[in-house]
Amino acid sequence: MREQLEKIKLEALEEIKEATNSQRIDEIRVKYLGKKGSLTTILRGMGSLSPEERPIIGKLANEVREFIEEEINNALSNIKNKERELKIKGEYIDITMPGKKVEIGGIHPLNKVLDEIKDIFFGMGFSIAEGPEVELDYYNFEALNVPKNHPARDEQDTFYISENLVLRTQTSPIQVRTMEKTKPPIRIIAPGRVYRSDAVDATHSPIFYQIEGLVVDKGITMANLKGTLETFAKRFFGEKTRTKFRPHHFPFTEPSAEMDVSCFVCGGEGCRVCKGSGWIEILGCGMVHPDVLTKGGIDPEEYSGFAFGMGLDRIVMIKYGIDDIRLLYENDIRFLKQF
Amino acid sequence: MKVPYNWLLEYVDIEKDIREVADALTMSGSKVEEVIEYGKEIDKVVTGYVEKIEKHPNADKLRVCQVNVGEEVIQIVTGAENVQEGDTVPVALHGSTLPGGVKIKKGKLRGVDSNGMLCSEAELGIADDDSVHGIMILPKGTPIGVDIKEILGLKGGILDFEITSNRADCFGIYGIAREASATFRLPLKEIKTSFKENDENIKDYVDVEVKDDLCRRYAARVIKNVKIGPSPEWMQQRLMDAGVRPINNIVDITNYVMLELGQPMHAFDHRFINGKRIIVRRAEDGEKFTTLDGVERTLDSSMLVIADEKGAVAVAGVMGGLNSEIKDDTTIVVFECANFNGPNVRLTAKKLGLRTESSSRFEKDLDPNLVDLALDRACHLVEALEIGEVVGGKIDIYKNPVKPYTLEVDPNWINEFIGINISKEEMADMLKYLGMKVEVGEKLKIEVPTFRQDIRIKEDVAEEIARLYGYDKIPTEKIKGEAVEAALTKEQRLTNIIRNVLVSRGFFEINTYSFVSPKIFDKIRLPEDSPLRNTVKILNPLGEDFSIMRTTLIPSILETLRINYARDNKEVKIFEVAKTYHPAENMPYEPVKLSIGMIGKVDFFDLKGVIENILYVLGIDKVDYERDEENPGLHPGRCAKLIVRRKPIGYFGEVHPEVAENYEIEDRIYVAEIGLMPLFEAYKAERKYKPLPKYPAVDRDIAVLVKDEVAVAEIEDIIWKIGKEIVEEVKLFDVYKGKQVPEGMKSVAYSIIYRREDRTLTDEEVNKVHESIIKSLSEKLGAQLR
Ligand SMILES: [Zn+2]
Repeated sequence: MREQLEKIKLEALEEIKEATNSQRIDEIRVKYLGKKGSLTTILRGMGSLSPEERPIIGKLANEVREFIEEEINNALSNIKNKERELKIKGEYIDITMPGKKVEIGGIHPLNKVLDEIKDIFFGMGFSIAEGPEVELDYYNFEALNVPKNHPARDEQDTFYISENLVLRTQTSPIQVRTMEKTKPPIRIIAPGRVYRSDAVDATHSPIFYQIEGLVVDKGITMANLKGTLETFAKRFFGEKTRTKFRPHHFPFTEPSAEMDVSCFVCGGEGCRVCKGSGWIEILGCGMVHPDVLTKGGIDPEEYSGFAFGMGLDRIVMIKYGIDDIRLLYENDIRFLKQF
Repeated sequence: MKVPYNWLLEYVDIEKDIREVADALTMSGSKVEEVIEYGKEIDKVVTGYVEKIEKHPNADKLRVCQVNVGEEVIQIVTGAENVQEGDTVPVALHGSTLPGGVKIKKGKLRGVDSNGMLCSEAELGIADDDSVHGIMILPKGTPIGVDIKEILGLKGGILDFEITSNRADCFGIYGIAREASATFRLPLKEIKTSFKENDENIKDYVDVEVKDDLCRRYAARVIKNVKIGPSPEWMQQRLMDAGVRPINNIVDITNYVMLELGQPMHAFDHRFINGKRIIVRRAEDGEKFTTLDGVERTLDSSMLVIADEKGAVAVAGVMGGLNSEIKDDTTIVVFECANFNGPNVRLTAKKLGLRTESSSRFEKDLDPNLVDLALDRACHLVEALEIGEVVGGKIDIYKNPVKPYTLEVDPNWINEFIGINISKEEMADMLKYLGMKVEVGEKLKIEVPTFRQDIRIKEDVAEEIARLYGYDKIPTEKIKGEAVEAALTKEQRLTNIIRNVLVSRGFFEINTYSFVSPKIFDKIRLPEDSPLRNTVKILNPLGEDFSIMRTTLIPSILETLRINYARDNKEVKIFEVAKTYHPAENMPYEPVKLSIGMIGKVDFFDLKGVIENILYVLGIDKVDYERDEENPGLHPGRCAKLIVRRKPIGYFGEVHPEVAENYEIEDRIYVAEIGLMPLFEAYKAERKYKPLPKYPAVDRDIAVLVKDEVAVAEIEDIIWKIGKEIVEEVKLFDVYKGKQVPEGMKSVAYSIIYRREDRTLTDEEVNKVHESIIKSLSEKLGAQLR
């Protein structure tokens, strides 16, 4: 019996080795370990053994059974691995074929850049204010120290709706409107459409966008103005951006300045975009004129503030290298798809 | 304003390169827009003396000159006819460069050696065109062998300033010189104004009466024995460099003084002043007057004129008259130096369409005290040029003399306001360079000269200190103080969400003009009595096509589709979030709307799906769609009103074929216009968790035949009504017409999901409800089960 067991073990091993698919392994399992399998048959004949031999042969038979089971399991997992590998090999696809897309649209470049600018100012604690586009002459001009017949009115060709109603020529009327509604501290930006009766050409549009900014609080200084706008410039144009503040004049700020940024196209070396100067004029700014604070119901002896305004269209055009402002308002889909 | 550099140097000794000066002045507040360096490209061109001229042996039109260029005498062949022996001329030597990169080399002309070139003004880049013909002849006595750039004063060039409207004083070169003096902390030299008067009295020549306060000051001097002729080269050159055309010596002096001091002047021929009386008065309505440019103008009573006993001789501050112009034989001149109300000059110039060098200065409201200086300077120049004799005395009518303004400023406040820390002595020093008198005590007591009428409050003084200190030296600091809450408003946030939904659905955002043509209403078939035809109108539009503020976004989106379609962009999905403008009591009402437009492989339900997406994202569920047959712009069978909470808030659908034709589009167009505020009001922020179902669902399909006119919404209403206890979801999965479906009918198939939250449904329960749904559909809609 001992020999029989050894023989079964060897035979089974031989057959397992030769098996190439899982079906054959199953057959082998049945042949040796099944109810009518050879090993089972032998165990049934154990009754004829002496009581001394029975535990020894029993133990041996179990060992053989465990051995065959293990071999079968090993073989099975090998074969499964092979079969899986084979399956995988047959399933190669051309991964360079195009993906299945849902067509996605896009935000207009003006709003895309505006969103970016808004995010930067959010990060600095600014909220967004809004105001009417058909504006009272009072807010657009008079409250900003530009009375009727002021020469500055000639510089901004104004569309009139009536004697006292204009299409706002700038976003600055939001300054006094905001001050009337809000107690300091004030920290807002106000983007929006503005209107000037310019004839249309590659650099002029009768409608364009400005972004106004206003900060009013106790102890606001010109150093704060520089700090805020410099931070904006670095976040928007890149950390290496340098800024230059030049004195200027606006009726509603005092002192007033214009801010240039180092050309982000050439880095300040001089190129076509910056007309060789290495600098690009970006915005006008200044400390809020005490008259304007007063008109907004804020005591200039207690509070001070700064304001700034920039043209969005110009920034968008420079940023994307767009050479004709009309493209922004014409909305050719091939243009819009580029942003 | 153009400032010849050497003119500026006459008043401040700056020893710096012109570009460095331009940068420094820009940074201190006088912005240089352009530096024009005339002589920049000229190299190796010297003055030469023409010693001898002979005929060219081989060419009739050429001449051979022997020219002394200082160290040697060289032979040059020229074609010019105006050169004479004994002339001094500019000579381009061998190896020289002229403007435009022209290089001159020696060579042979028709067999004769030529070692350079005699130059014309055009060749030197001085004259724009060849208006001055032939070789440039330099004044007698010009030194020989000297660099032409020095002779012509080309070294340096011209600074072109952008002067802001508050700095009337900088509309004169002397004002710029004062800025330069303060910028570089160099002394400002005094302007020369000395002259002798004869012992006559001006009163015997002319009498002046000022009848209107628009003239704040009127001063005059008389010059006799005038010799009219061209002014000297240097003066003409400076005038041209500053952009003023030389006329004759007297007129040139008035312009020279204007450029130098910013104070316009006028010269009358004394002969033509009728009655020898000058009257400053308002013009009469309809009064005719011919200005110096030969144009007859009609004046009105808002305008100020200078008149004699017979009529106007000048429009005050704008332009003189042809009738009293200086002529070649003028011998007695009246110099007018006056001060007029700025806004009035500006209005007059605007009405006459005549903005002159003079009016553009007066309109800034000049300092009346400038009058003395300017008038004296003019007389000084008359004497210096030896062209006349100043008659004794002057007329000066000046009712309310302007006095210097005094204010006190706390230097500590300035330091705090700007964010710097400089001593009050240094502040005082800066201000003194600007012509102010300063007493330094605890505060700065500042006497502001009358030419700085822009300085009235402490902030103005702070700006002077800041700019002379240098804006670039002011530190940069973060805003201190309490943090301000920054957040988007609900409207701003929801607008972004809507934009994002549209973008994710393949739509591109557009941006169109807010003003449109009144013709668009007919183009979109808007009824005559539509309130949308009541518009906000622009009084001075760019043209009729841009003359009204839009009350609907639809024409703009259609126009954008038209442009794209015409350019062969035939698959277009776009949207715009923008305002419309509606007349209201005080201010127009400006609601924000959303418009959507599309052409291409799309239909009504693509559009409806996008709108449903938006409503879904905003959590708006109580929505109805009503057929909208009263919207003539849209296809009556393919448009819907969007009803949210029983209120119509917009509409959408296919554009009426006639409207499509009006926009030259041969495809079907789909558009929507929805008010955003009502959407925001209906927005539901709250979402509540509902436990996930514990018991299984039962899914039953149902397919019925109904008449075409039956709306699927009617079928769904019945399913929901009958099955409300156990119906969880109703999904339309097929609508079919054609084979096996009778004419005028359609087959509609639904999958209905039944479920109870508290237990498993039995088949009997489901069957019962399902049967009664079928029964009800058949009774109410005549539906036949398929
Ligand atoms: Zn550049």
